[in-house]
Amino acid sequence: MTEAHVDAVEAAPNLAGLQLRGLAAGYGDGLVLQGVDLDLPRGSLTAVVGPNGSGKSTLLRAILGLTPVVTGSVTVDGVPADRVRQQVAYVPQREAVDWSFPITARDVVMMGRYPSLGVLRRPGAQDRRRVLEALRRMGIENLAERQIGALSGGQQQRVFLARALVQDASVLLLDEPMTGVDQATEEAIVALLRELREEGATIVQTTHDLEWAAEHSDRLAFVNRRLVAFGPPSETFTPPILHATFGGELLIVESGDHRHVHAGGHHGSGDDGRTA
Amino acid sequence: MDWLTDPLRYDFVLRALAEVLIIGATCGAIGAYVVVRQLAFIGDAISHAVFPGIVIAYLAGASIALGALVTGLLTAVAIGWVARGGRIREDTAIGIFFAAAFALGIVLISTRQTYQGDLTGFLIGNLQGVSVVDILVSAGTGLLVIGVLTVLHKELLMASFDRTLASALGYPVFRLDLLLLVLLTITIVVSIQAVGIILVLAMLVTPAATARLLADRFGPMLALGALIGAVVGVVGYYVSFHFATASGATIVLLMTVVFLVAFVFSPSHGLLAHRLRHHPQHGASAPAIDPPSGHAHEAEEGEVLASSPRSPMSRG
Repeated sequence: MTEAHVDAVEAAPNLAGLQLRGLAAGYGDGLVLQGVDLDLPRGSLTAVVGPNGSGKSTLLRAILGLTPVVTGSVTVDGVPADRVRQQVAYVPQREAVDWSFPITARDVVMMGRYPSLGVLRRPGAQDRRRVLEALRRMGIENLAERQIGALSGGQQQRVFLARALVQDASVLLLDEPMTGVDQATEEAIVALLRELREEGATIVQTTHDLEWAAEHSDRLAFVNRRLVAFGPPSETFTPPILHATFGGELLIVESGDHRHVHAGGHHGSGDDGRTA
Repeated sequence: MDWLTDPLRYDFVLRALAEVLIIGATCGAIGAYVVVRQLAFIGDAISHAVFPGIVIAYLAGASIALGALVTGLLTAVAIGWVARGGRIREDTAIGIFFAAAFALGIVLISTRQTYQGDLTGFLIGNLQGVSVVDILVSAGTGLLVIGVLTVLHKELLMASFDRTLASALGYPVFRLDLLLLVLLTITIVVSIQAVGIILVLAMLVTPAATARLLADRFGPMLALGALIGAVVGVVGYYVSFHFATASGATIVLLMTVVFLVAFVFSPSHGLLAHRLRHHPQHGASAPAIDPPSGHAHEAEEGEVLASSPRSPMSRG
């Protein structure tokens, strides 16, 4: 027994971060995704790539507890994700947001504080201060009172990032964060994600842009109904793995030492993982 | 003869004013959710769905409000339950139950020979006929509805704006939906006697839609909707009294006028403000950090309201 106990203690450091073990997710008999084993330590930035309908969004939804996990487990720092919901923050896909909703940037960010409040408690001075700090960090404090639909695409994205910041989560999920975002915002988001990574966050994002993913992530997870490959771009961003993941949907152009990759269905309206 | 104080000599006027004040505020408040969650069709469905309950209670001599409440709640739960699995879409489920319930009410009432008068009363309402008991029931309902909306403001707001986050954080999103439908149903039931099955929808939607044009935050929009509902309800009743017109219909017409005024003249969302903003000389004064995206423009013009990609009551 003593030995087992020692093992558990020694194993603990490896459990820091987000872990998926033998994950299969989907509805009823239709499994969208299966056989996913991922070890995403704290202080890492992972991009999930794969063709449309490959289950990228489903992977995020399973981590969030929205798509039923049929077998396997999702843990955050060794604790089942179901029990530490607040630890997982997410930035929604643009298409999933009702931009006409009567709500200001400040109100959206404040929602990140709701889980720390009880049912009956209203946000206090401390919460308002945190919200202001997050707005400032994203460089949008002067837009706090704007209705969200009156902001540009990049500003809107920063609002949701600020919301994730005030949630004090250790895991941050982003669904296609760079879609419809201008150059300046993209750079600001990349810079922020790097900062958060340095602070020990576990960051996972889906993207259609393979080259961007390879350049800006320290791990790539190739997904097509299952986990095809997982590892640093230098090891996984290779023609065999790209072909295994994307099949004929991919066009690879080699020019000198640069590799250009174009995934099919680049402008697809979203990956809901429901392809037959 | 004073236009304002003269009618107050009549007890039935005092009762009608109290009732319209309460109903206007309650409908205007919950109407904020009807507007942002696109529940107008559901509200219309509920107002028709309570009809068989009213008829059964009327035939049995039981409490009409109770009968309406029971069938209204049954229909609301049936809609939510059938649409829950996603196999039957929500609007389809509503279409089925809404028409079935209304038809049942008509079949039941057609067994009577002298039903015309009462039927008319329930279709267009009778504000003059409210009793003190009716007012107390309305006041209790109004306090309950506005109380719940206040206490659960955070939760209902998050479940309305971002269902994904609400579900991910473990909020009982489906139960919050049901709660909203239950509150909507009891509001409709107590309002039907005053304004009728057909016009109650306008009490729910018009003041809240007006408030949306004037407020860019949900809390103020809800409060303003309640205020508009109450004030325009009272003024509308006065107008109907002096011109001897049907009270419910007069109130609804006045609310529509107020809405149209806001639609044209609202400082932020009005037609005029919109034109001026897009006029080069005036547009230059607006401080913009960087230009809004095309998407944001759509939202400003309200086009997204109609074509919102997600169904707010369906499961995220």
